[in-house]
Amino acid sequence: MLLGKSLLPPSPSRRHTLVICRSSALDQAVDIIEVKGLAKRFGALIAVDHVSFAVTKGEIFGFLGPNGAGKSTTISMLATILTPSGGDATISGFSIRRQRDAVRRSIGMVFQDPSLDNRLTAEENLRFHARLYGVPKADYRRRMEEVLRLVDLWDRRRDIVETFSGGMKRRLEIARGLIHYPDVLFLDEPTIGLDPHTRALLWDYILRLKHDRAMTIFMTTHYMDEAEYCDRIAIMDRGKIVALDTPANLKKQLGGDIIRIESSQKDVLKKELEQRYGQPVREEGNVLQFETADGAKFLPRLFQEVQARIDAVELRKPTLDDVFLSLTGRKIRREEAAEKTPQHGTSRGRPQDQEQARGEP
Amino acid sequence: MRKRLHAVHFWQAMATIWQREITRYRRDRTRIVSTIVQPVMFLVVFGSGFRQILASGLGMDFLAFMYPGTIAMTIMGVAFFSTVSTVWDREFGFLKEVLVAPIPRTAIALGKTIGAATIASVQALILLALAPVIGVELHVARIPLLILYMLMLSLAVSGLGLLIASRMKTTESFGIVVQILIFPMFFLSGAFFPLTAAPRWMVILSNLNPLTYSVDALRQIVLRGDIPQDVADKIFLYPLPVDGLFLLGFSTLMVLAAVIAFNKKN
Repeated sequence: MLLGKSLLPPSPSRRHTLVICRSSALDQAVDIIEVKGLAKRFGALIAVDHVSFAVTKGEIFGFLGPNGAGKSTTISMLATILTPSGGDATISGFSIRRQRDAVRRSIGMVFQDPSLDNRLTAEENLRFHARLYGVPKADYRRRMEEVLRLVDLWDRRRDIVETFSGGMKRRLEIARGLIHYPDVLFLDEPTIGLDPHTRALLWDYILRLKHDRAMTIFMTTHYMDEAEYCDRIAIMDRGKIVALDTPANLKKQLGGDIIRIESSQKDVLKKELEQRYGQPVREEGNVLQFETADGAKFLPRLFQEVQARIDAVELRKPTLDDVFLSLTGRKIRREEAAEKTPQHGTSRGRPQDQEQARGEP
Repeated sequence: MRKRLHAVHFWQAMATIWQREITRYRRDRTRIVSTIVQPVMFLVVFGSGFRQILASGLGMDFLAFMYPGTIAMTIMGVAFFSTVSTVWDREFGFLKEVLVAPIPRTAIALGKTIGAATIASVQALILLALAPVIGVELHVARIPLLILYMLMLSLAVSGLGLLIASRMKTTESFGIVVQILIFPMFFLSGAFFPLTAAPRWMVILSNLNPLTYSVDALRQIVLRGDIPQDVADKIFLYPLPVDGLFLLGFSTLMVLAAVIAFNKKN
């Protein structure tokens, strides 16, 4: 009964009407996910510490933070895989505590780790999923073709999944997550373990989903550059949401541009900069860093006025990494920030994963 | 309406889980061939080898004596091996896909159990069809009853298999536990030698073994009327309905326990 609706255009099902009535807003401003005081603890560890937020219909909402911040735990609770220790959330108006099956039917899930049957063909994997989600037989073929074409796997539908590359498997998982026409697609670290080219391609598909189908996408990532694609991001650290806004607004908070100066007289320079411009200066190894409103105009002044020795200067726009740094006083994680191109799937087994591994299924 | 929809969905979910097990089995040629070759070799080598030594003591053809036991052994081996798929699914991540679906856990557990039971029965049927080749006489009229008992054993062992698989994290640990179970179950089943002359402790243990009842039943169905009465008295253990009742009870208990264990674990 709830399964007959189509991806495009989003036909107003009874569920949507309910949500619209309650929030008495226009269709595009509907909160499709509402989270209130959601918490999860594993023994003494508080993995998610009473977070509250809402996701608007049709947006790409990103959860950004280091491993172990509680992103996967939150997504697992929303997907009803984990039971919350406190709080509640609704997806399309259904409670993740009390209406689990309805929630499950409303979401598509792409897990962090592979979850395909490698011995079945692409089509068999989809058929299995469609049957479990009660996709009507009459609609199945059309939908199967639709989602497979969307991720460019239609020609490979009869091939055994074992022969697929990592990127193809990921795309198939996305197609599978869509075949029951969910309201929200959850992507847990969708590009982890993929090479840069494949990552970029995958993002093309994700963005196409948003533009062509107005699909609501909820994703987690610890890649800063990927978070830029999101309409809004929640920065998560140690189980808490420390900021939530559009990437542009978050970067605006930092007050303009970032200037980094290399100097052999670092200490002298630091003191001088702080006195002259009344601005806190951060030290990072050999480099001094501070923010200024208009970097291009500031640099000439800097060279004229400052007495201490300057060896090199860098002017750049703030990144989300800088936002995270200013919010938490830490880098997302040095080795991860450096790790722009994960070489292979084993990057999932990094030591820092281990502490959280017990809790995150 | 809603309730009916739910019920339909339960069966559909179960059938879907079941079908995947069958598809995977069909695709695994090595597994199909090896599980046929193994018992045939067993019968030919052991059967012919022991035929000469044991013929006098037993009072009947040893190959014919061993044949029902070999069918039961095949069912046990294949059923156990097929339930390993639950452990695989956990290891390879596919179980998550199943567990996050809007279907009852019980449908998953039943689909898995019946899937393994189906595969075991099919392998046993192939062995049944090979009877003339191996040199065992089989009356066609007895086959339906034979299949009924084969199904009961398949379900019993599959239930036991899923019960173990639900609690195992790795294929290796599952293999070890099953290996530990398979040998005593087989040797204490009377498949090899008649239990009527076995020591008391052995008889007690074999009384708890579902394979005992299954071997006994299969043997009676295959051999009844074809062997002298005094030999029959020596090797047959229970009336056929008693075998049937025990198997039915045991398989019900195992399937229930497996469903509960699966629900609890996941």
